[in-house]
Amino acid sequence: MTRLQVASLARRSILRTLRQPAYVLPPLLFPTLLVAVNAAGLRPSTMLQGFPTDSFLAFAVAVPFIQGALFATMNAGTDLARDIQNGFLNRLALTPMRGSALLAGHLAGVIVMGFVQSVFYLAFALAFGVDIASGPAGAVMILVLATLISAGFGMLGAFMALRTGSGESIQAFFPVLFIFLFMSSMNAPRNLMTVDWFRTVATINPVSYLIEAVRSLVITGWNAEALLLGFAVALGLIIVSTVVASHALHVRMTRT
Amino acid sequence: MAYGIEVEGLVRVFKDIRAVDGIDLVVAEGEIYGFLGPNGAGKSTTVHVLTTLLPPTDGTARVAGFDVVSDGPKVRAAIGAALQEAALDPLLSGREHLRLQTALHGITKHERKQRSDDLLERVGLTAAADRKVRTYSGGMKRRLDLALALVHGPRILFLDEPTTGLDPQSRSALWAEVGRLAQEDGVTVFLTTQYLEEADVLADRVGIIDHGRIVAEGTPAALKAEIAHPTVEAIPADPEQRPKLARILEQFGELTQVSPKSLAVRLSGDDFGLADVVRALDAAEVHVEHLQLHAPSLDDVFLAKTGRTLEGAGSEQPEIADVT
Repeated sequence: MTRLQVASLARRSILRTLRQPAYVLPPLLFPTLLVAVNAAGLRPSTMLQGFPTDSFLAFAVAVPFIQGALFATMNAGTDLARDIQNGFLNRLALTPMRGSALLAGHLAGVIVMGFVQSVFYLAFALAFGVDIASGPAGAVMILVLATLISAGFGMLGAFMALRTGSGESIQAFFPVLFIFLFMSSMNAPRNLMTVDWFRTVATINPVSYLIEAVRSLVITGWNAEALLLGFAVALGLIIVSTVVASHALHVRMTRT
Repeated sequence: MAYGIEVEGLVRVFKDIRAVDGIDLVVAEGEIYGFLGPNGAGKSTTVHVLTTLLPPTDGTARVAGFDVVSDGPKVRAAIGAALQEAALDPLLSGREHLRLQTALHGITKHERKQRSDDLLERVGLTAAADRKVRTYSGGMKRRLDLALALVHGPRILFLDEPTTGLDPQSRSALWAEVGRLAQEDGVTVFLTTQYLEEADVLADRVGIIDHGRIVAEGTPAALKAEIAHPTVEAIPADPEQRPKLARILEQFGELTQVSPKSLAVRLSGDDFGLADVVRALDAAEVHVEHLQLHAPSLDDVFLAKTGRTLEGAGSEQPEIADVT
């Protein structure tokens, strides 16, 4: 029965996502616009000695994958918070539904949207002349990693929703996530950062490793270290956010 | 007698607020029990405890023969609930709601469609089944809410203020359906309401709750007969005669003012009737332009038990179950 529960909740989650243009369009448009602006304005960076590629677009195109995943945090969280606020979660709690089915089903919409976004960003990159150094298999790997990252951030959003029960709180937290993005290696390789404190922050910022894993597949090829770190951070995010979200769900759904 | 709901010494405390403060009640199978009280009286908190959504702080409650604390899943399998504010997804259609609800209850694929179609027809939503819920009126949402509560054929139905905010026509339609569920299908109904008329019309028995305690319980007729006496309201033809009218009326009981123009007296016992009042007015040559006998209402019962009217008692404390 749990499989049916997950499938039904996943269907709802996907339908909800697709029926809200505000959930679909901004994650597609804003990251690509930002990378387009950056690619145009920061192109001279590629002249720096040691810069890993002569195309800033190829260097920066990893960023939309992460930025799009951040949208998953807000969208997934806001949706779940709305369910809590309007009592829909209570309706679900009165069925034999398992808590794990709720989280898994809820995440399905995030995963589908994360995959669609990733395909869009990849198509954008290819359309503007970016070569994927790791080849078609690398492109598939990018989609897998980006979808996992979306799932991790989506579960983080679910945790925040279950913890606060407030869509407004999640939206207020959203800009904080962007600080992690901007304080990472999104616009420059860490080894070329001349400001010590910024390099230190970027080095301890896990978002840097997510970006660098995707970036390595685009501009370097198969870089085992970068991929290992990227997948470790993504899986770590999924595990940690799932654990805290499960606990928050347990507290939130106090049914006997 | 078999009981659908048995509650003994039920207490639910939120920090320092005793939202439910020692409730005892039983509801027979197939009975409609009206739980009447103002906002914040503890109605919704009681429903949340009985539907297993909140653990009680103290006391015991058995629903459909199962303990709400130790047999939560069995209780949930036996009950349906339409909680306060129809909790629906505005982006889904009525049919999609039913599809989700039937699937979560583990109903087989073939049966899911049949059950959904039957329920949509039963609540009069077949034509609107594929419209998104955000286009539904308040009455349609409530009817869908009721259909969702019935998908798994529950023996006991909890309805938490099901007609709040509905127009009279939608309210009557919902009352008819609830009555039919109890009479024809033998469903036990636990209904909370702040509407006197709703409790009066629909409930076999009424429990009046205030500040977390049941202050009166019985059939509407018995409660009114036990506590309240009729009221006679009079408007003098000549406003100058108002003091004289008051002196006459107060011979028959406690004087109250219904409106600025009128005076009323709650008859103090079975010894007096409307005819006695008319004779007294006639003897004193007090002419009235309006004279009316008001039958006792549940509000009179509430007033007698709490010293306040039901309408005025609503805003004293928040509905705890809604803020947790």
